[in-house]
Amino acid sequence: MAIFVDGTTRLLVQGITGREGLFHTRECRAYGTRVVAGVTPGKGGRQVDGVPVFDTVLEAVRTTGANTSLIFVPPAFAADAVMEAADSGISLVVCITEGIPVLDMLRVKNFLALKECRLIGPNCPGIISAGVAKVGIMPAAIHRAGGPIGVVSRSGTLTYEVVDQLSRHGLGQTTCLGIGGDPVVGTSFVDALAAFAADDQTRGLVLVGEIGGSAEEEAARFIAAEVDKPVVGFVAGLTAPPGRRMGHAGAIISGSTGTAAAKIAAMEAAGIHVCKDLGTLGRFCATVFKDIL
Amino acid sequence: MKIHEYQAKELFARADIAVPRGRLATTRAEAMQAVTDLGGYPVVIKAQIHAGGRGKGGGVRLAHNHAEAEAACRDILGMQLVTPQTGAAGKRVEKILVEEGLTISRELYLAMLPDRDTATIMIMASTQGGMDIEEVAAHSPEKIMRVAVNPLLGLQPYQVRRLVYGLGFTGAAAASFSSQIYKLYALMVARDCSLLEINPLVVTSADQVVALDAKLDVDGNSLYRHADIALMRDETEEDPLEVEASRHNLNYINLDGTIGNMVNGAGLAMATMDIIKQAGAEPANFLDVGGGASADMVEQGFRLILSDERVMGILINIFGGILRCDVLAEGVVQAARAVDIKVPVVIRMEGTNVEQGRAILADSGLNLITATDLADAAAKVAAIAG
Repeated sequence: MAIFVDGTTRLLVQGITGREGLFHTRECRAYGTRVVAGVTPGKGGRQVDGVPVFDTVLEAVRTTGANTSLIFVPPAFAADAVMEAADSGISLVVCITEGIPVLDMLRVKNFLALKECRLIGPNCPGIISAGVAKVGIMPAAIHRAGGPIGVVSRSGTLTYEVVDQLSRHGLGQTTCLGIGGDPVVGTSFVDALAAFAADDQTRGLVLVGEIGGSAEEEAARFIAAEVDKPVVGFVAGLTAPPGRRMGHAGAIISGSTGTAAAKIAAMEAAGIHVCKDLGTLGRFCATVFKDIL
Repeated sequence: MKIHEYQAKELFARADIAVPRGRLATTRAEAMQAVTDLGGYPVVIKAQIHAGGRGKGGGVRLAHNHAEAEAACRDILGMQLVTPQTGAAGKRVEKILVEEGLTISRELYLAMLPDRDTATIMIMASTQGGMDIEEVAAHSPEKIMRVAVNPLLGLQPYQVRRLVYGLGFTGAAAASFSSQIYKLYALMVARDCSLLEINPLVVTSADQVVALDAKLDVDGNSLYRHADIALMRDETEEDPLEVEASRHNLNYINLDGTIGNMVNGAGLAMATMDIIKQAGAEPANFLDVGGGASADMVEQGFRLILSDERVMGILINIFGGILRCDVLAEGVVQAARAVDIKVPVVIRMEGTNVEQGRAILADSGLNLITATDLADAAAKVAAIAG
């Protein structure tokens, strides 16, 4: 098993005809993901690598039965693209786009609350169920299929680093997802953790956080109360100065909230095994997870 | 993006939100002319820098007559204003705002900001106007009212009533506040503010609600739809290296340490800064070259790091995904040949095409220190930091 994407995923790509969209569509297909449609307004009727392109998501869903969407449209149009997918019967939207205005995302988030649709991202690397399906931009080769580890993170390349170290230490993954570095994202740590908790094949978890907001603290509370699988935690940004956005729009220490120290303390209080040295995270995980292998 | 108080008040005035009459001045003569234009004394003279806490540092003065106004201008224009937010060096004051003095009966605090946890626009208000709101929040949080506005619905009348009665408004002042709060919410949404803060919002002796101060931060990601606000950017308020970085689409923050670093991805960049610290050194910067970095961007990154004279060594940490290691290596070699690098450079690469990348570095003849993994990179940084 895996969470959110699996063998039943029928992928639609919004922005399939763009440079980035096309490149990653090919990469996802090469990994085995079933790509059934693309959407680019004004380019309906064409084909890209044999995949039919539609003008609207609604038309694409009705024609192809797509159930998942991967979004590569520019920031000015991305919020609209997410809402279009959610209003067309798509049940999982993965939005890669970075730089969507926060107020747009506030509206999207409230709109999605009225729909049967999960959003992952925006400003995220996407999601991969190792050996099964990839809906995102992560390098496929670093993943090791067969579980038992689930990985959830707020960042991109830092997740790749973590996954690579897991694989090198023989720790395969079920699903790895990045929930995004923006202040307002669709799927939270808690949402992902709840799904992992209910997934039998996932027997251990790695939670990769960073400064800003309180998602790690909420995750820690949830883990203490609801998760009986071992969890390794990591928080980036111990040396980040307050009041500065560290690349990700959501990575900012405001006043005394959002510090790495507070997040690590919350994780430790929740019984999470916190690794403080990224260089040795793989070895650290091998020790923590040795009993579940 | 931060803008100045006088610019925020321009936006307020255009949205029909009450602000004191005022004039911007850059010289004492302009300031004295402004006093005449405003119709005489008293006036308030306010330093225009981006940092808050200006009053505490002597950047805000009330003048009742010509001599006091002259003295205030002389003291403030050109001063290095130090506030709790500027750091010890302070900021040089080049512009002042001269405003009419008002007769004030009450001072309140009002702020609006997007709330990431509830996905609402949070209005925060307090009768403790003019005070440091962080202190109020820490010592008497019950004195801060919070009203969460669903962005799909907008500000509702019951929410306005909750604020009106909660803040103790009556009569004409209540009507004035209600009218202003709708306009402020509309401005906040129309202009993509990441923070709208008025401290203090005052009630005049004529029961009119006026924004005595105005702090507006605008979401940098929204500037494509606010061309007029984009023009309000004041680069002299920013770190010169960070301004230079933004011209090359590099995400750079200048810090106090001695080990420069260049990383792809913000999360990994933060983690790399932490590794430098754990190796016994301090990071000189945050630099995320992003997923689609070109050889030119890598070269510009090198130039930025090296233009900070405190830098004793550089750590490059790349996890190749979309940005392939061979492309990165070519960029590093190009940069190293174009820029005179006198400090040791440690390179750690992993991921797509890493073998080709390592070969390019090895064949370059450049004096680069390669690290096999992050732990090795940390040890090599520690050796440099000595």
